[in-house]
Amino acid sequence: MSKQVGQSKTRVDAFDKATGRAKYTDDLCGKETLVTRIIHSTVAHGLVTSIDTEEAAKVPGVVKILTCFDVPNYPFATAGHPWSLDPGHQDVADRLLLNRHVRYYGDDVAVVIAEDEVAAAQAARLVKVCYEEYPFVLDVQKAMEPGAPQIQENYPGNVLAHSQYRYGNYEEAIQEPGLIKVEGWYDTPTVQHCHIENHLCVAHMEAGRIVVVSSTQIPHIVRRICGQALGIPWGKVRLIKPYIGGGFGNKQDALYEPLCAWLTTQVGGRAVKIDCSREETFVSNRVRHAIRTHIISWVRPDGTFAARKVEAFSNQGAYASHGHGVNAKGVNAFPQLYPCPNVEGDAYTVYTNRPSAGAMRGYGIPQAMWAGESHIDDVAKALGRDPVEYRRQIVMPVGYKDGFSKNENYFDTFNQIMDKGMKAIGYEEKRKAYASQTGPVRRGIGMALFWYNTAVWPISVETSSCRMVLNQDGSIQVQTGETEIGQGCDTAYAQMAADAVGILFENVHMVSTQDTDITPFGTGAYASRQTYIGGFSIRQTGQILKERILNYAVELTRQTRANLDLIDGKIVRISDGRELMDLGELATTALYSTTNSQHITAESTYQIKNNAYSFGCTFAEVEVDIPMCKVKLLNIVNVHDCGTLINPQLAEAQVHGGMSMGIGYGLSEELKFDEKTGKPLNNNLLDYKLSTFMDHPHLEAEFVENAEPTSPYGTKALGEPPACSPAPAIRNAVLQATGVGIDEAPLSPHRLFAAFQAAGLL
Amino acid sequence: MSKQFKLIKCNINGKDVEQMVDVRASLTDMLRNDFRLTSVKKGCEVGECGACNVIIDGECYNSCLYLAAWADGKHIRTLEGLMGPDGELSDIQQAFIDEAAIQCGFCTPGFIMTAVEILESGKEYTDDELRKLLSGHLCRCTGYENILRAVKKTMLQRLGKAQ
Repeated sequence: MSKQVGQSKTRVDAFDKATGRAKYTDDLCGKETLVTRIIHSTVAHGLVTSIDTEEAAKVPGVVKILTCFDVPNYPFATAGHPWSLDPGHQDVADRLLLNRHVRYYGDDVAVVIAEDEVAAAQAARLVKVCYEEYPFVLDVQKAMEPGAPQIQENYPGNVLAHSQYRYGNYEEAIQEPGLIKVEGWYDTPTVQHCHIENHLCVAHMEAGRIVVVSSTQIPHIVRRICGQALGIPWGKVRLIKPYIGGGFGNKQDALYEPLCAWLTTQVGGRAVKIDCSREETFVSNRVRHAIRTHIISWVRPDGTFAARKVEAFSNQGAYASHGHGVNAKGVNAFPQLYPCPNVEGDAYTVYTNRPSAGAMRGYGIPQAMWAGESHIDDVAKALGRDPVEYRRQIVMPVGYKDGFSKNENYFDTFNQIMDKGMKAIGYEEKRKAYASQTGPVRRGIGMALFWYNTAVWPISVETSSCRMVLNQDGSIQVQTGETEIGQGCDTAYAQMAADAVGILFENVHMVSTQDTDITPFGTGAYASRQTYIGGFSIRQTGQILKERILNYAVELTRQTRANLDLIDGKIVRISDGRELMDLGELATTALYSTTNSQHITAESTYQIKNNAYSFGCTFAEVEVDIPMCKVKLLNIVNVHDCGTLINPQLAEAQVHGGMSMGIGYGLSEELKFDEKTGKPLNNNLLDYKLSTFMDHPHLEAEFVENAEPTSPYGTKALGEPPACSPAPAIRNAVLQATGVGIDEAPLSPHRLFAAFQAAGLL
Repeated sequence: MSKQFKLIKCNINGKDVEQMVDVRASLTDMLRNDFRLTSVKKGCEVGECGACNVIIDGECYNSCLYLAAWADGKHIRTLEGLMGPDGELSDIQQAFIDEAAIQCGFCTPGFIMTAVEILESGKEYTDDELRKLLSGHLCRCTGYENILRAVKKTMLQRLGKAQ
């Protein structure tokens, strides 16, 4: 039997994308679609006192102007989390469709609907908004100070949430004589996802319902949020997701779908499109949480930890979005990587007058690894130890179990990945060669580890549904609630489905478009769960379909069920391996039989009550020009253990993209704000330094394949993990090159200048 | 007819066409809205991302920065024009598929058209030169790695130097 899982199959959507035929949201809009222009707040914090639309409404082509004084009063939460049946765990509903109390520069206050973009833009310029300005705060810790501007009601000190854990007894443990204290503050910047397709959506009404086509990762969730925001039954909304041009977590949020759904109801159900500009995408969608992390380690001379403490302050921005989940995930990842009996952790998520932070590839772990892995190198330096050799001593041991998630470290993965990464980059020779350099240009090599939780169980429900429908020719359509957003899950699913049913890859037709009227329920693309979670329901549904096929084959072949199998699309007699019938013949017979007609289909839900540790590392080699304050990345290697590779070529490609994002995080990307006004300063692709083709060297992606025991296909997280460790690896390489640890990302020239000056290098 | 509209004649993917265009419209608008050439993508509309790239008289342009009115008399090629008469893919499209250079697919058409310009120069470029020539396009999915592989492989094939 040919096994499809494990092969580098061509993406099922590659042809359509290589020919320009793949249809994205904007490609599906008809010429009759009305366009919009959102009027955004030009103050960082304030109250809209009046909006004058009189002149704007006179612009020819303007259909309607709606403002924050018009919207329904249903506060709603936007996070792309599964709905929680427990009110205590529901996301924070802290915004309306348009907001009178504006909380960041770029908040949504009004919208012009027009027949064409020129009219919409002209009218938008004529809308006069008056504000009562309030003081604002951008810095996370300043927002917590007494007397800081209050951004949301009922959150004293602007603290959206504070969570903590206490293991052992930290205060007692640090009394041990002879301990070395290593302490640091580590900062990460506000960055944006920068998918090349901006978020957009279009809504119209049909048969008394609202149909929204959207560039989203989470169609079923967005449908629910539209219903909540409009105060209408959820079944009144139909959400369709065509191909989407990247998401990376930004589209794991209800962005403008609720507003768009409401707008169509205000113009008699005509189609209305909200099409974000790049500038709006940077500011008025979601960003990654900037997190400031404070770590103290109390270390014995032999390198073991007596006690550790971590505090992280997460800059939430104006609205809760994914809120505390992100920082909690990062801080909760701290005790596992380097276990220690006495650990204190505190995670604070704090409202500020910045754009709202939501999900972004890695969900708190890139921030946590920036802090944690920078810190471990600082500890190794304090002890005079090699960073790799030291990590081998203290890293999560084989057999380590996490009490909460029940995750287990089954294999000696950390040593395996470090061995592989060291070899690939030539670590030992280079580390030695770069040990004692002088002069203005110096080289260094560094590394960082990470661990990542594949899915979200037991924090929230993990459920996956799948439908398979058999065609006359023996091929099948497959639908899942998990969504293709560019990462390639449709292809992985086709491979899994082929194996589960016993047919060829070519005979699996993935239905990529998701439509809440048709697609089985699912919570969409988030975490790094798609391949892992989808695998459970695909295998289960495939087995059900296969069973139905073979039961139908009993009468046609006059063989007992136990002696039948389905292999590569053939009904096979197990006892002698003879091919008795082609599946296509069986399927045609089943549909058209005048005595026993059946439409053979299968649909099932699998609830997953497992999770899986995914592991990896980055090794980076840099050249630092000290007088120029510039870092050049010379070599970089990521090594991952994501279990069995479903599709090695696509897995490698996934790692490349994550490495690129991680390199930008470490070296160049940062959304900046004017301290005097709160206005974003570089919300465009020219001034926001997204990595270009010129900005990184060859990206080397390697794998260690330890099959994940809980997964039917041996797989676990790979989507987000590649972005988790490159930035601290680069930081640690600069530390070796210069002796200076830069604790604030990205390592831009102005940060290096300050740090090198403080260290006496300049 | 007001001054707002202008009749232009041009050749798009080998076919002579006439189109009345709004003088304020970009070539991106015209190709997408009037000719439904959906390979021409909008990622920024200010010439930063390269998703709308097309070939005009043999040279690549971000069509979002090029007025539709300027297309009068020009030969324009988009990704849709690369396929052969019997539906066969061009070598560079096939290379993008084979090298897994496509993920979300949104930057793909623009990249392929720049690759066509590179390939049609008939020159052999180093990796660094290729990186520079392709650097007008942004991609968030691929890290550019497999795009480089696809373009390089096709370049060497066309030069008879396939590895």
